[in-house]
Amino acid sequence: MNNKFWIVFLHTYVTKLKSKSFLISTIVTALIVFGISQLDRIIEAFSNDGQKTIGVIDETNGWYEALQAQFQTNKEISLVRHDGSEEQAKTYVQTDQWYAYIVLDVQNAQPKVTYYAKNIADSDVTHEIEQALQQVKIAMMAKQIGLTYEQINALYAPIAMEKVALEQHAKTEEQLNQARAIVYVLLFAMYMFVLMYGSMIMMEVATEKSSRIMEILISSISPIQQLFGKILGIALLSLTQFILIFSVGYASMKNSDMLRQLIGMDELPLPLILYGILFFLLGYLLYAMLFAVLGSIVSRVEEVQQMAGPVTMLVVAAFIMAMFGLNAPESPFITAMSFVPFFAPMIMFLRIGMLNVPTWEIVLSIGLLVGTIAFLFVFGSKVYRGGVLMYNQASSWKDLKQAWQLTKK
Amino acid sequence: MGLVLQHVTKQFGSFVAVDDVTLSIPKQRMFGFLGANGAGKTTTFRMILGLLEPTKGEITWDGERITYKHSHLIGYLPEERGLYPKLKVKEQLIYLGRLRGLHKEEIVKEMRDWLERFKIPQYEDKKVEQLSKGNQQKIQFIAAVLHRPQLLILDEPFSGLDPVNVEMLKEAVIDLQKKGTTIVFSSHRMEHVEQLCEHICIMHKGKPIVHGSIKELKRSFGKKNVIIHGELPFETLTHIPGVIKMEKTVEGVRLQIADESVSQHILEHIYSKGFIRTFSLEEPSLNDIFIEKVGAAYEQ
Repeated sequence: MNNKFWIVFLHTYVTKLKSKSFLISTIVTALIVFGISQLDRIIEAFSNDGQKTIGVIDETNGWYEALQAQFQTNKEISLVRHDGSEEQAKTYVQTDQWYAYIVLDVQNAQPKVTYYAKNIADSDVTHEIEQALQQVKIAMMAKQIGLTYEQINALYAPIAMEKVALEQHAKTEEQLNQARAIVYVLLFAMYMFVLMYGSMIMMEVATEKSSRIMEILISSISPIQQLFGKILGIALLSLTQFILIFSVGYASMKNSDMLRQLIGMDELPLPLILYGILFFLLGYLLYAMLFAVLGSIVSRVEEVQQMAGPVTMLVVAAFIMAMFGLNAPESPFITAMSFVPFFAPMIMFLRIGMLNVPTWEIVLSIGLLVGTIAFLFVFGSKVYRGGVLMYNQASSWKDLKQAWQLTKK
Repeated sequence: MGLVLQHVTKQFGSFVAVDDVTLSIPKQRMFGFLGANGAGKTTTFRMILGLLEPTKGEITWDGERITYKHSHLIGYLPEERGLYPKLKVKEQLIYLGRLRGLHKEEIVKEMRDWLERFKIPQYEDKKVEQLSKGNQQKIQFIAAVLHRPQLLILDEPFSGLDPVNVEMLKEAVIDLQKKGTTIVFSSHRMEHVEQLCEHICIMHKGKPIVHGSIKELKRSFGKKNVIIHGELPFETLTHIPGVIKMEKTVEGVRLQIADESVSQHILEHIYSKGFIRTFSLEEPSLNDIFIEKVGAAYEQ
């Protein structure tokens, strides 16, 4: 690599880095990630201060006390016994003194409840009341039959099933859940970034071509160097953005319980993330090359979307397969697809995250991927050389052939 | 040595874009390519620059085949104008200049000199899209000459410029030539070529149908022009032997004649027939040569 490659590389990186669109998209995404990681706090902040008061018209015998006991420690709902008329209760609700009121009755030892509120959209409240009543009902029935507290507990104790993998390096249940979450996040990031930066490359190439600056560029630097400089410059840009967003997300989650709840651990598994970055870069190179070649044969920027369609579909297909594979990582279909270069970056990464993949399979998959990328670079840079000199009225895939011929003697 | 093209041919599939061109352009010369659209001028330039590879033949500069190693020696102004619309003039020129092997400081200095010369120093920090088309073209010209190339290739440099800017650019081109730059340019405006070049090549359908020095071409062309202004019965002039063509102008006529001696017959013929304001014998214009040669090539 010589000097001119670095000029293009740095120019691409710096110009894009300084651009408003990069700044805005990074900030917005970082904010969204921050928002999601703080979701529980945000919801808490927005929910009504204080408890919701719910009036209870008790037409039973002693159920109210039992129910009240269930809500003793509840921060959101407090119950009030109401002995007045139902009309009065309605007024309380309508004047917002109460959030709602219920009429509680028992028929044949089965509770019968009617819930009155201004609207019944908030299912959280009704759900909690239902659950509490269920508890009360069990307690009441048990008392009737004469069961002890221990007996009830024994009756409802969950079945303890421990899953033990016999393979030596197989992942434990806990590890699998962790892996699934991380793989999911990284797959999604891969999908977003490959599409976003792939089409950025295509737009760049098409813009340079349609603004006709390409001819000046390739009269001073070989098109292949120029292409490499551009693709790698944008790769660095995408890594920059990824690391920025990832850091924001990690930093903000680290302090909340979300990370522990979601991933079930305090520290991220570094090897998996490194694999993620490796597969992302390889996938990016593969698709960037495809997008760049397509960009080189369109004559006008408006045609970019149309030409990009089939390649975009490949990325989408890979993502859909990966989503399926998350739940069935061992299926033969997923195994097979993890060797297809266009899907390997996502699918093989998924298998590595979820399963214990033999090293030779990983090596083979990466080998095939690298081979395909190398082939695409050789083939693509030839088409690119010709494509950038070609101006047709309407672009189509047939132009690939024409561009190829243009570089021949 | 300069620029040498030897039997250069370029085929696209079965279509022959450039057909067996052999030319030698010595250093410090201003060389003009003439030709209708699609005559193969741009393809020839692209081959000289190494953007396309000749199907047959060889192109050398100073005895060496031109590759990207030589890109700091060569300047190019493409026919299709374009710059990065979103970049500032300065950023743009720094990028393009560095790709030609210059350092930032040299570029800025050189750029300011040129902007000054073109009377647009205030545009240094403007985005290209904010500039008028003529000014964009000046910026692009600066991009082509910033690195003081030995060989400068200008594809239709004056198209789309107003007369004032054309003059400005012409002067710049002549200055560059005086400083030692070899300049190859194409145009379909005969008067520009006639003013600037001593040597030309007329291309038609990929073939160089005429090439050599303009003086030589005009002399060997044989035919001359006679310009007559005045009030005369011009119609009878076409009957004089040796008169090939007559064209009416605002003030009189312009005749094409087979050789110099015919002019004397004409003079005798019109003498005392009316008021003659101007009678002059002129060299054929490049336009005449072009039309005749290309026209002949069409008829083949």
